[in-house]
Amino acid sequence: MNKRRPYVRSMDGWWRKNPFFVEYMIHEGTALFVAAYAGILLNGLVHLSQGEAAWNVWLLGLKSSWYIGFHVLTLIALGYHTYTWFKIMPRTMPPVVVGGQRLSAWAITGSGLAVAAAAMAALLGLVWGMAR
Amino acid sequence: MNATNATNAMKTTTRKRSNAPIFWALFGAGGMLSALFGPMLVFITGIAVPLGVVLPKDTMSYPHMLAFAQNLIGKGFIFAIIALFLWHAAHRIFHSLHDIGIHAGTGAKLLCYGLAMVGTVIAAYALLAIGF
Amino acid sequence: MSDNQKVIEIEVLRYHPEKDKEPHKQVFEVPFTDDMSVLQGVQYIKDYLDGSLSFRWSCRMAICGSCGMMINGEPSLSCQTFLRDYYPARVRVEALSHFPIERDLVINMEGFMEKLESIQPYIIPKEPRTLQEGEYLQTPEQLNEYEQFSSCINCLLCYAACPQFGLNSSFIGPAATALLHRYNVDSRDGGKAERMELINSEEGVFNCTAVGYCSEVCPKHVDPANAVNQNKTISAADYFLRFLTPKGGAK
Ligand code: FES
Repeated sequence: MNKRRPYVRSMDGWWRKNPFFVEYMIHEGTALFVAAYAGILLNGLVHLSQGEAAWNVWLLGLKSSWYIGFHVLTLIALGYHTYTWFKIMPRTMPPVVVGGQRLSAWAITGSGLAVAAAAMAALLGLVWGMAR
Repeated sequence: MNATNATNAMKTTTRKRSNAPIFWALFGAGGMLSALFGPMLVFITGIAVPLGVVLPKDTMSYPHMLAFAQNLIGKGFIFAIIALFLWHAAHRIFHSLHDIGIHAGTGAKLLCYGLAMVGTVIAAYALLAIGF
Repeated sequence: MSDNQKVIEIEVLRYHPEKDKEPHKQVFEVPFTDDMSVLQGVQYIKDYLDGSLSFRWSCRMAICGSCGMMINGEPSLSCQTFLRDYYPARVRVEALSHFPIERDLVINMEGFMEKLESIQPYIIPKEPRTLQEGEYLQTPEQLNEYEQFSSCINCLLCYAACPQFGLNSSFIGPAATALLHRYNVDSRDGGKAERMELINSEEGVFNCTAVGYCSEVCPKHVDPANAVNQNKTISAADYFLRFLTPKGGAK
């Protein structure tokens, strides 16, 4: 008779057992804020399509302290998303060879963050320019 | 199972091609877009404009936003932001449900991607309704 | 034993398939010196405290890949992890996560062996070549393409670090994908099309959610997460472009 009886351990709560996984769940969790923010924008877009009065209702709603507070949280969450998105980048993209040398992980993350900073500055500048 | 059997078994299994690339590509595009612009967008629409700081007071006034949404580039930008943010979030949340042990499979998939789909359709409809 | 002999507590997750319904903890007090690895601590237990303790090891120099264990919850090679780094606290050792426990610290790795076979981990020549034609030549750049991915010692720490493998054991997983990639990008190999079928499948790379812990724990810096994620891009490109190219991986 076969005496083997391999024991399979449960995966329950695996993400609580290691700080690395806790961090992973947090950066995955930023998706909830991305979804909520897209929902807010979508709602605004629908209001915009319904005319000026409707748009102003939505715009006024944004001034409520609940919305402001939520947007501050969303800003933090999306900022963390930006950071973690480029942090994992060296692992997710093909190796970049510059002058016969493989680009270091930090160089990749750093350039990603620099591009993001530039993109955001450009966006702010553009919006400011258009609104003036 | 001896080695020859194992090899034969493996040779004869036909593997099902995953359709994940569709969702993965949308996830990646939305992730990149939100990493590049997300925090600044949240700052502009959720904090600066409602509080009337940094940007001119009428930055998101009805005439401004209508003009932006009627412009082809503006339309494309709004659509890409809303739709891709939704697909990015849907994909992450779908995987996170699996991660925390909710293997609802088709149900969870329909809910996550279904909502993203609905949001995409609404966004497209609203942008068309706004006109050119 | 001298008076200032240091003693560390080692907590081992025991499992004896013939006697135990499920694994249970057992604590041993092990005298140690600063040069002792966790593996040596476990060996001390087997030699002097409880001969029934089972675990795998061979080289004691981080090259055979047999001695992987969860040490304080982290997948580690026990021969290159030192007791002194945990003292005076207790050190917890457990069989590698996500694998069935065969007995004590010994895991069942049959599933991995099948995966290893399925990736065809050998060069499949592009065309048959006679002896007279001589050896295959490779430039240093061509070697660079795959060298890192060829350093895998099959220690399975990456699988113990991969929650997606833990949640779905049919996922081909980090090490097998890294090795698969190693052959796919070898200039001498012509077996890519066959191997991509596995990459593209439901058991393939899209089970990965880029946790990245596999590469973190890899003792040989193989960076399996990179192999997996590069293949997502390759697979997705094929998925969308296969209708355009005359001979994509369409199945
Ligand atoms: S005993 Fe060989 S790797 Fe540790």
